[in-house]
Amino acid sequence: MTDLATYNFAYLDEQTKRMIRRAILKAIAIPGYQVPFASREMPMPYGWGTGGVQVTAAIIGPQDVLKVIDQGADDTTNAVSIRAFFQKVANVAVTTHTKDATIIQTRHRIPEHKLAEDQILVYQVPIPEPLRFLEPRETETRKMHALEEYGLMHVKLYEDIARNGRISKTYAYPVKVAGRYVMDPSPTPKFDNPKMHRSEALQLFGAGREKRIYAVPPHTDVVSLDFEDYPFEIQTFDKPCALCGAENVYLDEVVLDDKGSRMFVCSDTDNCEDRREHGHVGAMLAPAKEAAE
Amino acid sequence: MTDTPLLKVSGVSKFYGSRIGCKDVSFELWPGEVLAIVGESGSGKTTLLNCLSTRLMPTTGSVEYRMRDGNFRDLYHMSEAERRFLMRTDWGFVHQNPADGLRMTVSAGANVGERLMAVGDRHYGKIRETASDWLTRVEIGTDRIDDQPRAFSGGMRQRLQIARNLVTGPRLVFMDEPTGGLDVSVQARLLDLVRGLVNDLGLSAIVVTHDLAVARLLSHRMMVMKDGHVIEHGLTDRVLDDPREPYTQLLVSSILQV
Repeated sequence: MTDLATYNFAYLDEQTKRMIRRAILKAIAIPGYQVPFASREMPMPYGWGTGGVQVTAAIIGPQDVLKVIDQGADDTTNAVSIRAFFQKVANVAVTTHTKDATIIQTRHRIPEHKLAEDQILVYQVPIPEPLRFLEPRETETRKMHALEEYGLMHVKLYEDIARNGRISKTYAYPVKVAGRYVMDPSPTPKFDNPKMHRSEALQLFGAGREKRIYAVPPHTDVVSLDFEDYPFEIQTFDKPCALCGAENVYLDEVVLDDKGSRMFVCSDTDNCEDRREHGHVGAMLAPAKEAAE
Repeated sequence: MTDTPLLKVSGVSKFYGSRIGCKDVSFELWPGEVLAIVGESGSGKTTLLNCLSTRLMPTTGSVEYRMRDGNFRDLYHMSEAERRFLMRTDWGFVHQNPADGLRMTVSAGANVGERLMAVGDRHYGKIRETASDWLTRVEIGTDRIDDQPRAFSGGMRQRLQIARNLVTGPRLVFMDEPTGGLDVSVQARLLDLVRGLVNDLGLSAIVVTHDLAVARLLSHRMMVMKDGHVIEHGLTDRVLDDPREPYTQLLVSSILQV
């Protein structure tokens, strides 16, 4: 595909990129506001990150270094395919190291390594509307956003406490951005919500099927909704990562056999590998290492 | 009652194309007063109620409401944000079908608490306390606080809807056939309850009903509507005991006697 007429850098044509960039600029200007945009068909099914891919395609340049994660992992199907896609259509450098990347496209996680101001985090969002399952009419939810009527969001949290004795929502936990718009942070675990608060990195959210883009500019307040007597809490884990011994990170549960044994490992694979390279050893890796020596 | 009205309605008309919804309705409502709007089906009662409660824009005329600061504001010159805020704080709207006014998929407690949370209450314990207090006042057991309204009987749903509306201490409540669809004994209890609450809280209310017994029990004044026009207007007892218009006489005489 060297014919100029059929090739354009980063898959989308320039007019489409301009349209998406305009939507992104508007989204940055109004933190947390869902900007409609003319989402394009992408060479992958809806639900695979078409929104995130379009945002990435619109902002990526030849000098950028791209990292793609899926649930924190660099090596799952979704992450591998999207990374390969941009290698092919933009010929950009890719990495799995969080600190080397300039653009990180993510599905469901924020990397454990603190992001810096020259980095952009692009989220793939399935359902951008936080009020969707509370108020089915889109005309009404838009009005509620416009008039800042967010009582309903607390009704949902009230119900959680009434039924379960605590706020049981663990992912897509609603946040208020810059004291104005209530936003769905995409299905990230609520563990990651505090990382969004006054993050140095720019955060962009793309929902392809729903045709919405929204953003959290750097250093913006992102506050998780809660009650005075039931404050927001993040998940805690009893044990550290079984491979690298990391504490205070988000862990995935891995079932090992049909006899009930399981392990908890870092969800962020890059963070885990990095720690192991630096000599950190978790409980399950220690015996193997001793055996090798 | 004070000497300034709460609601001033002047010349309100609503046309559906060339058909008349309601025509040239003017009246004033004073604090603590209950006004009944009666008439047969299709006489424009509900259209008028919707025009008054900002749910339907009238074709002509003005509706002015005395805000808590004492100033009159024309409802249709307010911003939508102000109108909606008024509707969920200072006003209540009781629908004929409780499913229209309730959130059927969230618990009774959350239904009552929604308005509190909408105006910024953020203390779960206090919201719950207020909710259970209100459930008691409308004779729903506090052990039902975590049940969804779909598990409630028709009468309970209607009482829950009333509690949900009154929790923010509104000054004006609109009711559209509040007892429609309930059986007679449940109706009687509900009317008793509403009458008690209206007296205790000093509420003003506009009640739309085709049931003259409801009007007799609840209201101080009543308006009789026919074909979109108000044909008779006066104290409830006067209108019912000494109807002047032929249509009102017909209406009163057609009440079934047992």
